[in-house]
Amino acid sequence: MTTIAEEKHEGMRKYLIVYLCILALAGLQFVIAYQNISASQMFRRMLSVSLIEAGVAVMFFMHLWSEKRGFLLFVVVFTIFVLLSMQFGWTDSFRLVHCGGYCS
Amino acid sequence: MSQADITMQGHSAGMLTDRPFAIPTKKLAMWLFIIADTMTFAACLVAYGFLRNGTPNWPRPFHSIVNVAVMTFILLTSSLTMLVGVQTAKRGDKAGAFRWTMITALCGIVFAVLHIREWLGLIGEGMTLFKNPWGTGLFGAAFFSVTGLHITHVLCGVIALIIVGLRYKGGRYHADDIEVVGLYWHFVDLVWMFVVPFVYLLNLAH
Repeated sequence: MTTIAEEKHEGMRKYLIVYLCILALAGLQFVIAYQNISASQMFRRMLSVSLIEAGVAVMFFMHLWSEKRGFLLFVVVFTIFVLLSMQFGWTDSFRLVHCGGYCS
Repeated sequence: MSQADITMQGHSAGMLTDRPFAIPTKKLAMWLFIIADTMTFAACLVAYGFLRNGTPNWPRPFHSIVNVAVMTFILLTSSLTMLVGVQTAKRGDKAGAFRWTMITALCGIVFAVLHIREWLGLIGEGMTLFKNPWGTGLFGAAFFSVTGLHITHVLCGVIALIIVGLRYKGGRYHADDIEVVGLYWHFVDLVWMFVVPFVYLLNLAH
């Protein structure tokens, strides 16, 4: 049978591990910044690391993982849907850089 | 006709749950605010990315990662101290929860000071909202908008932490209130996880 003190210790140990994971992921981004790769590759790698970092923070630091599954689904599905909907204009930025906005 | 009958008119009983998702109202309100604020930051970062992608002479003015690394470390650590504060509050240790909440606020203040120092350095090098010595003038507007919005959130968070911490210590607020302000603080930290790579690290001078 675990005591309250042991449960508290266990909880803090979990948070410490999550914190160290996030710190390591943040460090990884700094390593990626000094890699000799193209800007688009660098962007993709950094975005991947950021998404993992944010996911871990939301699930464990913000305790979304321990909320009701319905709430978790509502937050995740709604947020991802709107965030993806914002991405429709990227092709236009390539048009701007490749032909100064004058080609279709 | 009873009050319950009036309330039920036109609705099935299943539609009337008093606590959606079985979480406290303040916490639900904070989550809804966080979702809305996520859209604000996402829109800013998408606009920033669009400008960066579509502008050929985008400046890369950052020579050192030391300052941004220290700022990142402080903000991430402040999330841990916030967690300790929330856990301590839930155990009913008022003095401990207040102390950890104030340590979190102090981390926020240090972060803001470092951020403002960095801004002043860039302004000193000739960067304004509309021009800079390194390339397109759009960089200043984009940089100050994104980082300015973030530092505004940090400063609001510091104020909220101090107010909620003091009121919790004085017995007017409960552990749940510390948890709600903690949610906001973690969100501010989360946004920084995207600002650092896209605004700083992708603009490092190699």
